Amino acid sequence: MPAREQKRKQAPEREAEVIDEEPARAADATQLKSDLDDLLDEIDDVLETNAEDFVKSYIQKGGQ
Amino acid sequence: MVVAKIIGLETEFGIAHRGVPDPNPIAASSILISSYVQQRPGAAPAGPIGWDFEDESPGTDARGEVAPGARAPVVETHLVNAVLTNGARYYVDHAHPELSTPECADAHAAVVWDRAAEEIVIASMAAASAVLPPGEELVAYKNNSDRKGNSYGCHENYLVDRAVPFGSIVSLVTAHFVTRQIYTGAGKVGTEAPGRRPADVAFQLTQRADFFEEEVGLETTLKRPIVNTRDEPHADAAKYRRLHVIVGDANLAEVATFLKVGVTAIVLALLEEGAAPPPVALADPVGALQQVSYDLSLRAALPLADGGTTTALGVQWDLLRAARAQHERGGLALAGGPVVATVLDRWEAVLEALEADPMSLSGVLDWPSKLRLIDGYRERHDLAWDDPRLAAMDLQYHDLRPDRSLARRVGLEKLATDEEVRRAVTEPPSDTRAFFRGRCLQRFAPQVVSANWDSIVFDVGGVPLRRVAMMEPTRGTEAHVGSLLEGCTTVSELLDMLGT
Repeated sequence: MPAREQKRKQAPEREAEVIDEEPARAADATQLKSDLDDLLDEIDDVLETNAEDFVKSYIQKGGQ
Repeated sequence: MVVAKIIGLETEFGIAHRGVPDPNPIAASSILISSYVQQRPGAAPAGPIGWDFEDESPGTDARGEVAPGARAPVVETHLVNAVLTNGARYYVDHAHPELSTPECADAHAAVVWDRAAEEIVIASMAAASAVLPPGEELVAYKNNSDRKGNSYGCHENYLVDRAVPFGSIVSLVTAHFVTRQIYTGAGKVGTEAPGRRPADVAFQLTQRADFFEEEVGLETTLKRPIVNTRDEPHADAAKYRRLHVIVGDANLAEVATFLKVGVTAIVLALLEEGAAPPPVALADPVGALQQVSYDLSLRAALPLADGGTTTALGVQWDLLRAARAQHERGGLALAGGPVVATVLDRWEAVLEALEADPMSLSGVLDWPSKLRLIDGYRERHDLAWDDPRLAAMDLQYHDLRPDRSLARRVGLEKLATDEEVRRAVTEPPSDTRAFFRGRCLQRFAPQVVSANWDSIVFDVGGVPLRRVAMMEPTRGTEAHVGSLLEGCTTVSELLDMLGT
């Protein structure tokens, strides 16, 4: 987990482990970007067709 | 005294009536709920069970006085108002459909019945489509703002020991409510805060922070306060408070709901157990609420009353440390039983991830998931932050229609199983008084005249009607009345056995 590794960075004996993680993190980032591209391709079909009208017409009464 | 942290969630949904020129939100909300109640799955009685308003007192102030000029909420008794077999209340409130979950004994149960609430609203939209003319459709949104300055709430409530002074609750929870936004926020493109232009804030952590103007108060629809003083215990008022929290966002991410209620229950239990860290006195809590919401770095220095500063993460780490220590001493048992350990572990993991890289929580929390999606779209199409397409995506993240919901597409982690949620649509929790309410509706609906949080009124043919009081939220459980209910074939038998 990136989160855990960054926190461990402060402990000197973990230094080598953090460096080892770097290539894996770069690969993770590439994968994430590709997943996001797929998601954006997929949602194009379901997005509201006239965004401006949709946003304007979404009017609610104030509640609690 | 330490009391079980019984939890409830009360969600007001946004409602759109598509295909009509001049939609009426009260009528739309009524149609949505009536359509569901009339086609209710499970044992449907002849008509919907009405809500009993006998013990409603939303104008009572926890501070023991009513602020001059403060407006007590109006209870609207004439609108659709139903009790469901899972123990929930489903009704029209302030021109919105609202679903209040049954009483839950821990954060996991709160997630399960909150997800069940979504399924009930989804089924309601389908049921409404079956009765509306062709071309018309009701669409519900689980969000808190229309992006034009109108907000509606997702409230939480927690059972608290009456002996704990309200002032000490305020001192502790104010900084918690300001700083928990880093994991509870549902995200929003732009801002609606008075005096700011939408373009002043590209994206913020929460839906609700723009709408808060006071630190403490009774109001819920105007001049909203960070700590709400509504004192309506729906239980034995000599023993209990029911802290009514109005400052949170409605969440689609189950982990966000889990932490929102799980951590808040723990913080309140720390106070009751005398193990809370010293209260953090923010110099300007309302300012800090917006400061935290507008700060995607999570590093903003929040001014303290004593002249120093703190950070949102710092406040949350201090609360977590105190909770860990108390848990290791054997405390917090009544803050959610075995689920407390899971809350503590997830709380810690989320704080670590927020500290290292908040965007690593895309797929876990709402705001990073929404931000990743919308920012990705913005970059792909080279759009400015005020482009209406991004505002439309923000709204559509919360669209509850399964084929339209963007939240469903971002791969949010699930905590409740599909089977748990399916059951919770019709079944009450087994470990709170909601069990008695739900089972009575399942078994004896024709004789139930009305019900509310702390009583059920039966008509057994004679006069007068018979009211069963349920002033203890931890009684009326399956362990307590399950076999008794199983053994009764009529309401009269049940009432005799209960000795009422």
